[in-house]
Amino acid sequence: MRINKGELLKKVQETYLKKDLPKLRPGDIVRVHQKIKEGDKEREQIFEGMVIGIRKWNTTDASFIVRKTYPGEMAVEKVFPLHSPLVLKIEVLKRHKVRRAKLYYMRERYGKKLRLKEIEIKD
Amino acid sequence: MKGKGIIGIKVGMTRIFGDDGTAIPVTVVLAGPCVVLEKKTEDKHGYNAIKVGFDEVPLEKLNKPERGIFEKLGLDKGYRKIVEFRVNDPKDLEQFEVGKAYDVSLLDGVEKVNVIGYTKGRGFSGAIKRHGFRRGPVSHGSKNIRDVGSIGMSTFPAKVIKGKRMPGRYGNERVTVRNLEVVKVMPEDNLVLLKGSVPGANGNYIYITF
Repeated sequence: MRINKGELLKKVQETYLKKDLPKLRPGDIVRVHQKIKEGDKEREQIFEGMVIGIRKWNTTDASFIVRKTYPGEMAVEKVFPLHSPLVLKIEVLKRHKVRRAKLYYMRERYGKKLRLKEIEIKD
Repeated sequence: MKGKGIIGIKVGMTRIFGDDGTAIPVTVVLAGPCVVLEKKTEDKHGYNAIKVGFDEVPLEKLNKPERGIFEKLGLDKGYRKIVEFRVNDPKDLEQFEVGKAYDVSLLDGVEKVNVIGYTKGRGFSGAIKRHGFRRGPVSHGSKNIRDVGSIGMSTFPAKVIKGKRMPGRYGNERVTVRNLEVVKVMPEDNLVLLKGSVPGANGNYIYITF
């Protein structure tokens, strides 16, 4: 029997996809609110940085990488599952003009070289 | 195949999220509907079983003996895959009726299932892929990069011990994975989600039993 894998997977994932997501683009500066469980306590953690990659948008497998740079050649990268209920909110603060889908070249940049041309957030 | 069961096709893997936000890796299986072609009973056949068909095919595409199976039952369609499920408890036979179809809702409320499938065929493979042997050095004049190495001793025993692991056909092997958790049953789409992986390539037939 011929099966349409994409269609069937879509049916499975439908109910788990978030519908109120902002449009994310590589080069965006975002603030991600994440729910953290510590024992029986729950709290919200905020992580702010640049989106340097997005994969498999519109599937439950989707994730995006946020890179936060600190003064003095130091940075933290976090991979967030886009549709996870633990990712509470994503705010897009700034948008930059970029010409790549994956901004891995930002990993070699610090200080002034981190600057990109800012563009308007249209959505 | 032991126990009640249903025939399906592996669709692929994805993840879904649990109530507490945990990501659950699942295999999506298109299962059923299966049509009961025959009931075998202890008295008549020596064991209890149901013979079921899955994957519709027009009758004219089948050869005469195959067509006979379905025509005898008065069905206007044939099925590509026919399998027997051994039902241990004769009482379980009662829920099935010859000529009638059943779907994935059979798995409703079932916690754990066994899945039978055929692994991906890898053809004639070397000992490294097939048995996890280590490879030799790649440089300094080495000539045994992916070789098997020694296959035995000398004048004694003067033969290769039986069962010695060597290159050969690998994969396309029947494998049963036991106690897979049923995460979700979606009868309206004939889909069932099983936690974890299932043997075989996407699009392969698999058998879910419990």
